[in-house]
Amino acid sequence: MALDGSLERLRREGHIVVVGASLAGLRAAETLREEGFTGTLTMIGDEPYEPYDRPPLSKQVLLGLVPVGQTALPRRRTLDARWRLGAAATALDMAAKRVTLADGTSVEYDRLLITTGVRSRPWPNELEAGLDGVFVLRTTDDAARLVGRLRAGPRRVLVIGAGFTGSEIASVCRERELPVTVAERGPAPLVGALGGVIGEVAAELQHQYGVDLRCGVMVTGLEGDGAGRLRRAHFSDGAALDAEVAVVALGATRNTEWLAGSGLAAGPRGIACDAGCRAFDVRGIVSDDVFVAGDVARSPHPLFGYQFLSLEHWGNAVAQAEVAAHNMISPGERRRPHLWTPYFWSAQFGVNIKSVGVPNMADQILVGQGSLSEHRFTAAYGYQGRVIAAVAFDQAKWLEFYQRQIEQAAPFPLPFTTVDRRTEGMRPVPAGFPDPSVPTHGPEVTVSGHSPTDQRVTFTPA
Amino acid sequence: MRVVVDLNRCQGYAQCAFLAPDVFAMHGEEALLYDARPDDTRRADVLRAVAACPVRAITVEGAGGRWTADRVGASDGA
Ligand SMILES: Cc1cc2nc3c(=O)[nH]c(=O)nc-3n(C[C@H](O)[C@H](O)[C@H](O)COP(=O)(O)OP(=O)(O)OC[C@H]3O[C@@H](n4cnc5c(N)ncnc54)[C@H](O)[C@@H]3O)c2cc1C
Ligand code: SF4
Repeated sequence: MALDGSLERLRREGHIVVVGASLAGLRAAETLREEGFTGTLTMIGDEPYEPYDRPPLSKQVLLGLVPVGQTALPRRRTLDARWRLGAAATALDMAAKRVTLADGTSVEYDRLLITTGVRSRPWPNELEAGLDGVFVLRTTDDAARLVGRLRAGPRRVLVIGAGFTGSEIASVCRERELPVTVAERGPAPLVGALGGVIGEVAAELQHQYGVDLRCGVMVTGLEGDGAGRLRRAHFSDGAALDAEVAVVALGATRNTEWLAGSGLAAGPRGIACDAGCRAFDVRGIVSDDVFVAGDVARSPHPLFGYQFLSLEHWGNAVAQAEVAAHNMISPGERRRPHLWTPYFWSAQFGVNIKSVGVPNMADQILVGQGSLSEHRFTAAYGYQGRVIAAVAFDQAKWLEFYQRQIEQAAPFPLPFTTVDRRTEGMRPVPAGFPDPSVPTHGPEVTVSGHSPTDQRVTFTPA
Repeated sequence: MRVVVDLNRCQGYAQCAFLAPDVFAMHGEEALLYDARPDDTRRADVLRAVAACPVRAITVEGAGGRWTADRVGASDGA
């Protein structure tokens, strides 16, 4: 098929700019080259490092098994790109097709891909956040600071927020034989992401490994000594705890401030885009030259009632980047939708946790294989009578099966019996998600937007 | 050399941990932890692990000449 002249020119000698030089940005850039883009490629990233992998930061890096700064992502191919690292984009002028950088220079583009991701939500009290000993964990610099402090052997570490990152940090502390307290506002760890039934199991794991887990409480204040070092934390139940290190793991906020006033539909919940990764402007019209991918994007998914999903998932960043890159240099009829079924993993307390689908949309849960009490099981989540998600603790082998059930909108509970089904798997129970209007530390998946929720779909990925 | 494992894909078969035990290790029953930047002397082992992984979850840079390393810096193609 012949490409129209302007697209042909774009592919041959156009200028594509990627803002956000991390996982999604890198994989998109590789895909552009892979698919024959020979023009100029500029990678803008505010971190001074080439793209690196984040999941190891809260696992092997914090454990000390991999040195800090040694998780640079392998390249799938030569990029032949211009790198502007250590340079934040500060403004976007869509009419002029121009990105301004913090150093005052600007870069013009023919097509722009935004992959600016998210950053850790800081401790809300700025003075307290500035105390020596208070950390967050998102970047390799964060990891360097934190791992240095853990190595020094603090008398107690406080982890604020028991989402995936907080729980993984607590797990690392125990492996390092450090006393650790976890404070979680919700009733259990991981409750926002996986619900109360699984949250119970996560709580048991933490107890088993000697974590001082405190749920249903908030940290109300962090107190320093005369030298500005953290010494104590105060809780909403009146308790006080001596701790030298506090890690704030209260979820993330999207890096969209630099787009204020640009006319893009960008805000604290991310940048809205269509299933083809084209960004919406504030009028609700998709742009033809601005694309979005990765943690910063929110896009509609037919499997989940066309609601907008923001996924803080490694696999989503890769898959969406590939689709965005393909669509940036393809004519309309050859564009592809990003219909990736959400997939996520976490490793904590020696357990491999994996989930598929969108658990936090569910109302019910059923343990299909194994047993909660053995901490080895696969559970399916149901939403209005169909399978919407599944989670496995040390039983990853089952998830592919459930992925197919989700993609076929199979009924919930599954009408047939499965291998290794126990009595607890005979009847679905409420999944136990907290009221979504009450803020938690962030489930890492956010569902937003109105939708025809009763619509049933049969989903057959290409 | 640089290594990344797509742990969504990984099924914990432990083939890699068997073939390159100082780069890949199981942590508990089925969670995999790996060295993201093993020494170049481990290359042969790592490439064997890449080839043996039943779900092709391991990506390395420069493997078999297909993926080549790319330099970072203003000089890179600019
Ligand atoms: C500690 C940790 C553990 C994780 N563990 C897992 C896990 O086990 N499983 C899983 O599925 N996912 C995990 N994740 C999530 C996963 O790492 C992310 O989904 C992934 O990094 C998203 O990639 P991205 O490229 O979209 O965004 P990011 O990786 O956030 O990259 C965005 C980049 O853009 C840069 N940037 C932001 N604003 C600007 C600007 N204005 N100008 C220029 N550059 C800018 C940022 O500094 C950053 O470098 C983890 C994340 C962390 C932090
Ligand atoms: S061989 Fe592949 S599937 Fe098996 S543990 Fe290693 S990476 Fe995972």
